[in-house]
Amino acid sequence: MCALLWADNVSFRYAAGAPLVVDGVTVRLTDGALAGILGPNGSGKTTLLRLLSGTRRPTSGRVLLGERPLDQLSRREAARQIAVVPQETELAFEYRAIEIVLMGRHPHLGVFTVEGPDDIRIAQEALAATGTSHVAERMFHELSGGEKQRVVIAAALAQIGHGNSSSVPAVPSVPSVALLDEPTASLDLGYQLEISSLLLRLNQEQGVTMAISTHDLNLAASICRELILMRDGRVLAAGPTADVLTPDNVRRLYDVEADVQINSETGHMTVVPVRLAAPKRIREGGRILK
Amino acid sequence: MSIRRRIVTVVAAFAAFAIAVMIWAPTVGSTPISLARAFDRSIPWDDNVDAQIFFVARLPRVLAGGLVGATLAAAGVVLQALLRNPLATPFTLGVSAGASLGAMLAVTMRLEMTVLGITSIPLASFAGSLVATAIVYALASSQRRGLSTNVLLLAGVTLNAFFSALILFVQYLADFAEALRAIRWMMGGLDVASYFPIIAALPFVLISFVAFAMMTRTLNLLSVGTEAAAARGVEIVRAQRLAFMSASLATGAAVSLGGPIGFIGIIVPHLVRLIVGSDHRIVLPASALFGAAFLVLCDLAARTLMSPIEIPVGVVTALIGGPFFLWLLVKRS
Repeated sequence: MCALLWADNVSFRYAAGAPLVVDGVTVRLTDGALAGILGPNGSGKTTLLRLLSGTRRPTSGRVLLGERPLDQLSRREAARQIAVVPQETELAFEYRAIEIVLMGRHPHLGVFTVEGPDDIRIAQEALAATGTSHVAERMFHELSGGEKQRVVIAAALAQIGHGNSSSVPAVPSVPSVALLDEPTASLDLGYQLEISSLLLRLNQEQGVTMAISTHDLNLAASICRELILMRDGRVLAAGPTADVLTPDNVRRLYDVEADVQINSETGHMTVVPVRLAAPKRIREGGRILK
Repeated sequence: MSIRRRIVTVVAAFAAFAIAVMIWAPTVGSTPISLARAFDRSIPWDDNVDAQIFFVARLPRVLAGGLVGATLAAAGVVLQALLRNPLATPFTLGVSAGASLGAMLAVTMRLEMTVLGITSIPLASFAGSLVATAIVYALASSQRRGLSTNVLLLAGVTLNAFFSALILFVQYLADFAEALRAIRWMMGGLDVASYFPIIAALPFVLISFVAFAMMTRTLNLLSVGTEAAAARGVEIVRAQRLAFMSASLATGAAVSLGGPIGFIGIIVPHLVRLIVGSDHRIVLPASALFGAAFLVLCDLAARTLMSPIEIPVGVVTALIGGPFFLWLLVKRS
């Protein structure tokens, strides 16, 4: 199957002379994929998402959206197909939830164009799809953590044109991707579950292609069909969740011995950390000494 | 109500208020005049004292107030969004300190040149504002990767302090009359005496306002977050550069016309946001219009409250603005 978004052997450093944050990574997101990106802090997950979204250009290698290299598209063109949900949203000024969602329509509007009825409908459908229609008129900063994150996800849906709230999978005019950077990192257990089931539903019912970076192994195991394990800017392993999420890989990823089992209640894999692995490798200043 | 209707309605209401203030203001003063008489074309100009007072003595001053007020308020909105900091003002990035140093030097060095009817003080202060802008920009963009708003802020604040020290130094060396003249300039004043200085400042302000008009939705996105804005199609570096340059240019032109009149650039945007929310497509034009009306009213107070003595308009804006702003701050928290 043809890749929808494809990072082809990309590397990236933030400044000349600085170490590579992403080092020769190849990632393929097929249409309809729900992929998790796992890795310890500083492994390059966020940077990889930035390269995939085109907000940063790789130092070497290239990112393709469908057939086209991402750097040949304008920022606006790319943003119509690739949306990003940041880890946290800090507003400098106060906006209503519906205003935040409507901002997702930015790449579809001309400089002096104002959102029309279609944009408003798409925004309302995005709110409905994320179960936040009832907070549309409320101030964003007054919402709970879970509501905020759902509104930001709604903005991403409005951005890539996925607004259809019916159970029939929407057929977007162009294939599109949502990239989520640790969407549950600052949320409590209840909200974590709420967001993860929302993401799964959006993927299954509306066909939203997603890549999710996360520290939450159980979230990744419960909703992602494929996983990309990253460490020190490199891909350690990638493939179907059941194949990739092994005790051995968890040890290589985090230096943690873990118990990985299928949970009979939920039917998906669970990871229980047991102890720190024997310190065969010592981390020092971000580099690994053998 | 559609979004377009809402924008048009709110901005029209602010425009009506601003226009009403600017027509009414010239009728008030030591000699009361009648609007009907001032606009009566059947009376010959030489016999129409009301028209002379309205058009020659008072209207230039009101228009200057409108232009300066609108510019400072709008530039404040742009810089607050660019720096993602509601406490930013048009003067945060050193523009006014550069302008003041320029004016100070023009006074003490007795520069007596005139270009197209513009005297040396506004010329020197405009040049000073451009120099300050160039220094801050060079510092903030020296790291190759775009414009760092943190460096922008730090460079601006540092430059403000540095230029203020230079101003004090020059002032210390200047003689009494020169120092007083420079201090009076720094208090702000809209007594422009003719239409010339307004027309000279207008092109710079207009260019900046075209840039402002193009970036309103981008300012919304920047308010939500720089990374988020980039992911939604904003060319961040280009947008930041345009915002900084246009706001600085407009501020430089306004300061060279009316002096560094404080508080407008922070109070007006805050007040307008309280009334209309934070959508920059409304906040920006509404702040410009309200800023115009606000400064014209402050100047009206400045020239009538203690008549025949005139209070410097910068003192009035700070005297009204300071307590009002504190009240707002306390009430909101």
